[in-house]
Amino acid sequence: MRVSNIIQLGVKELRGLLRDPMMLILIVYAFTVSIYTASRSQPETLNQAALAIVDEDKSPASTRIVTAFNPPFFTIPRLILQSEVNARMDAGLDTFALNIPPNFQRDLLAQRSPAIQLNVDATRMSQAFTGSGYIQSIVGDEVSEFLARYRSATPLPIELALRARFNPELNKGWFGSINNVISSITMLSIILTGAALIREREHGTIEHLLVMPVTPFEIMASKIWSMGLVVLLASSVSLVFVVQGLLSVPIGGSILLFLLGTALYLFATTNMGIFLATVGGTMPQFGLLMMLVLMPLQMLSGATTPRESMPEIIQNIMLAAPNTHFVILAQAVLFRGAGLDVVWPQLAALLVIGAILFFFSLQRFREFLR
Amino acid sequence: MSTTSNKAQSDPSAPVIRLEAVGLSYGKIRALDGITLDIPSGRMVGLIGPDGVGKSSLLSLIAGARAIQEGHVHVLGGDMADAAHRRRTCPQIAYMPQGLGKNLYPTLSVFENADFFGRLFGQDKREREQRIDELLQDTGLAPFADRPAGKLSGGMKQKLSLCCALIHDPDLLILDEPTTGVDPLSRRQFWELIDGIRGSHPGMSVIVATAYMEEAARFDWLVAMDEGHVLATGTPADLLRQTGAANLDAAFIALLPEAQRRDHRDVVIPPRPSGSADDIAIEAEHLTVRFGDFTAVNNVSFRIPRGEIFGFLGSNGCGKTTTMKVLTGLLPASEGTAKLFGHEVDPNDMDVRRRVGYMSQAFSLYSELTIRQNLELHARLFRLAPDMIEGRIQEMARRFDLVDVVDALPDALPLGVRQRLSLAVAMIHAPEILILDEPTSGVDPVARDDFWQSLSDLSRKDNVTIFVSTHFMNEAERCDRISLMHAGKVLISDAPARLAELRGGGSLEEAFVAYLQDAIGATDTELPRAVPATAIEAEPASNNGAARGWLTRFFDLRRMFAYTHREALELRRDPIRATLAVLGSLIMMFVLGYGLNMDVENLSFAVMDHDDTTISRDYILQISGSRYFTEMPPITDYDDLDRRMRSGELSLALEIPPGFARDAAHGRNVKIGAWIDGAMPSRAETVRSYVQAMHATWLAQRAQLLYGNAATTGDFRIEVRFRYNPDIKSIVAMAPAVIPILLLIIPAILATLSVVREKELGSIINFYVTPVTRLEFLAGKQVPYVALAMLNFFLLTAFAVFVFRVPFTGSFFAFTTAALLYVIITTAMGLVISAFISSQIAAIFATALLTMIPATTYSGLVDPVSSLQGAGAFIGRIYPTAHFVTITRGTFSKGLDFGDLVGPFVALLVTIPVLIGLGVVLLRKQAS
Repeated sequence: MRVSNIIQLGVKELRGLLRDPMMLILIVYAFTVSIYTASRSQPETLNQAALAIVDEDKSPASTRIVTAFNPPFFTIPRLILQSEVNARMDAGLDTFALNIPPNFQRDLLAQRSPAIQLNVDATRMSQAFTGSGYIQSIVGDEVSEFLARYRSATPLPIELALRARFNPELNKGWFGSINNVISSITMLSIILTGAALIREREHGTIEHLLVMPVTPFEIMASKIWSMGLVVLLASSVSLVFVVQGLLSVPIGGSILLFLLGTALYLFATTNMGIFLATVGGTMPQFGLLMMLVLMPLQMLSGATTPRESMPEIIQNIMLAAPNTHFVILAQAVLFRGAGLDVVWPQLAALLVIGAILFFFSLQRFREFLR
Repeated sequence: MSTTSNKAQSDPSAPVIRLEAVGLSYGKIRALDGITLDIPSGRMVGLIGPDGVGKSSLLSLIAGARAIQEGHVHVLGGDMADAAHRRRTCPQIAYMPQGLGKNLYPTLSVFENADFFGRLFGQDKREREQRIDELLQDTGLAPFADRPAGKLSGGMKQKLSLCCALIHDPDLLILDEPTTGVDPLSRRQFWELIDGIRGSHPGMSVIVATAYMEEAARFDWLVAMDEGHVLATGTPADLLRQTGAANLDAAFIALLPEAQRRDHRDVVIPPRPSGSADDIAIEAEHLTVRFGDFTAVNNVSFRIPRGEIFGFLGSNGCGKTTTMKVLTGLLPASEGTAKLFGHEVDPNDMDVRRRVGYMSQAFSLYSELTIRQNLELHARLFRLAPDMIEGRIQEMARRFDLVDVVDALPDALPLGVRQRLSLAVAMIHAPEILILDEPTSGVDPVARDDFWQSLSDLSRKDNVTIFVSTHFMNEAERCDRISLMHAGKVLISDAPARLAELRGGGSLEEAFVAYLQDAIGATDTELPRAVPATAIEAEPASNNGAARGWLTRFFDLRRMFAYTHREALELRRDPIRATLAVLGSLIMMFVLGYGLNMDVENLSFAVMDHDDTTISRDYILQISGSRYFTEMPPITDYDDLDRRMRSGELSLALEIPPGFARDAAHGRNVKIGAWIDGAMPSRAETVRSYVQAMHATWLAQRAQLLYGNAATTGDFRIEVRFRYNPDIKSIVAMAPAVIPILLLIIPAILATLSVVREKELGSIINFYVTPVTRLEFLAGKQVPYVALAMLNFFLLTAFAVFVFRVPFTGSFFAFTTAALLYVIITTAMGLVISAFISSQIAAIFATALLTMIPATTYSGLVDPVSSLQGAGAFIGRIYPTAHFVTITRGTFSKGLDFGDLVGPFVALLVTIPVLIGLGVVLLRKQAS
């Protein structure tokens, strides 16, 4: 092994990349526009939820409830008849149907505790749970205020002081932007290294390299460092200028520590790129393989949904994937400001996984060259 | 014969092809410029000239495969710009495009390939089998009927291509460089086949493009072309007379404009100095290389003295490249030894590689690096001393005449210059041996002569030993000695002139063919039958068009199923695509089912309890007892709290203040502190609502204990009914919504690929030049993917019901019907997208993006369509996925049937003809 060969070949990769406009556009897009839009378009939990109200009371109290619902959380409620409720919910027109019974106000004032019925389409998970909570509290407030004109409310004896740490307003954009940085890192590192290898094969240049005093190890190492470096640079620029700058997401921890983790993660993913390229052989096959591999890795890594809500077996299997450890590390460092003392197990895991993938890929790569 | 009637209509002496002022441009490049030409019928016409002069463009215009840009092209008595004329005549024209087996399907067997073409021309099973049998017998391919086309040798591929072209008994046969890259014997056999066919079918016109001048000498009439212009036409004898040249190679150079041939000099290779034969540079002794059962190189021996130019001749796949790889140390020999300068070659010895320069077939350097960068990279990899590199680059650039272009990118340069660059790169480290694997294929004659002059200088002036393989006989004649190789064996090695002499003093090519025939002898099965004539006489090939109803001209099930059948076969033999098609969606379903899970359970929490009374413990128990939370060891102090929250160990931390129980009992205000990990906002929201709800419940319970029943009765109640999914399980909501997305993305990608693959690999040409219509083509390709998508549909539904345990409450029949409509739509979407895309990798990404975003964002997967506004709401209303999501949820969870879902069904039904119509309109029946 000669370091100078690895450097020379890596420089060649970088020069090649500079002349590939499609890849450059993809890199820039993935680390700027894609992150920006993904962060800005993260929907609020409840947005324009479709609500219909059956007002059988038509009293001041019921009217007060009807007028309490406004955008952006809810659409302006549509007043419907009791007979329409089922058909409209079946057709998916309404997510919520609130039914205010006849004589609601009278019973309320008479302290007969009347019941309002709330129908929720529970197939719409994103709105069903939070939406019904909002509706209950809005109705509760309106009713209390209505009653306040007649009597005063009793205060709660024990208070719950609830605070969200690391993201006090629970701004989803923060989470979305970091998440997209992670997925851009994963996607690009695999595509760039895989494509670099396949391009050599398709142009017949790999054969040329092999008659020179260059070993497969050197060829592979050169692709790993060069493409890893590109992604590392792109992700740090993106983190500082797009995430911190443009989106003003406060980064809690050390960016350097995060980049150290990224470097180790790239070591693993670039190797994965080489491996997939040797299995696929051609660009189209490689593209299809990516679809089969990338999505499971990203979805099950804990980046989109918390790991603890997955079945135990999947949690354990996913410990073998570098993504899982990187997601844990990125969230701990960037959001919670964790230091080396907290994330060292993840760094160690990434190093081990990367090393295993490297030797595995090197074997494949040697066979691929035959 | 069926064709005689056609013949009778046109005057046999009239030209079969008339070209008037034909021009063609690819962007800024002018491929053809004002070509006016009459090509006589019933003749064997040759189109000669080097690569890239417009021969292929002209032939594709004549075949109707490419749209005419300028001028008029009349073929078989009609204008090829007229679609009706093209439809009428395409069964009379056969077109074999350039490239070995370009119009074949590599994973299909020999028989399946021919069978596909038979189906395209509407032949029935009996007719097809009979004709294929005859054609395969005649071409000697019969014993290989089951071998995949991709595993045939170059010569066999071309014969198979010819079989496919002849299956419908054409009147005009168009062959584009049919013998490039094919060994002399196969070439000769190929021409014998053509002669035989013409003998039995005298009216047939054949037009051939070729770069081999020796071949062209046998044709009836020639068109010499250069840079999009016709240089001259006439019989070979005419051209020779016109230029006064001895052979066609020289005649062609003489015909070139002055500017181009000014620099041309005849190659002069001085004789080698005698007495240097003892210094052996390359030596192979009983060299054998096996790959598994296959012996690529069989007991090969030769000795090459220093400074000799040693030529290697043989067909593709005869073992030339393998032998060269052993000599460069790339491959180990299975038996025998290879020695360079008396030292055995060791593949692990990097030092050997530094003494050898290697140049592979065609141009294979980095096109993204400039010429200087290419030279520099190789200099560094060969470990030249850093201070020598610049001088060496200058020297190479001067020597190989690259000084003016040293900062240009290779792609911007002509092939001849690029080949000189390859040679310069191979020489950068001053090797003593140069190994060149077919260095001049595709290079024009003038540049080839330049190249050989460089080789001569290297050999004679620098005493470099040159080991070169070639297909060109005139290059072989320039070598000091040549070896003829066949099937892994060296047949003979000697000086070219002596070889010709030994076999009766004819040309070298004749000698080579004679040696090959000796070697093959009686055992050969690939040799054609003596009289390859019977086939064409046998039977009227097909009574296309006229005999069958007019309807079949526009839609014929047999032609459609030709594509269906082929698509299915190809898919089955491509493991990655087949996996994606069959298992892809199931894998994704599994992943999404867990990945998009919105349930939050087993959240970790811990408490810092400063009070530690029964009441505070009761409060904690309330939380730890629920299925949502799991209690962790208590928090010791604030540092502990901070550390554990930072590491993500705790999603929730509670602090109960000292004197909690006491203060609460006295009605004094008490505050319980709760911190939620906000890093993952959606989880935090859920945690917050759980904690608030539990806190409220606990307060109510305490109040009841303290004040009795009166306290519990509120002012009013809200009764919440969670309908369709009473347990509010994420999977019940998600699984039915994921099915429409999976049935969209993967089938759409596969359908897009099915068309774009053909475009990228070139086999789309079969669609251009055969009678298959656009609707047949698209529908034929769609059928297998619809079937696969339905298989996926059943798998996904079963998976949802039995693995994810999502109850199915509505009409399964309605659901299945909707799914069928939906997958017809999704595959049709792929076909529509394919019209805009020409590379497979772009097809994968573009289709994924174009289908995934509207499907996940605007189709009610997460946010209901009724919550969308503006453009999103519009997309949600017209996008088919949104309608199918409504049907899926309705039948899965809401217990609905056809009657309740009329709206979405109508929407799906309307979409199908719109998309298929759009696909047909957008698809081009010619290259543009």
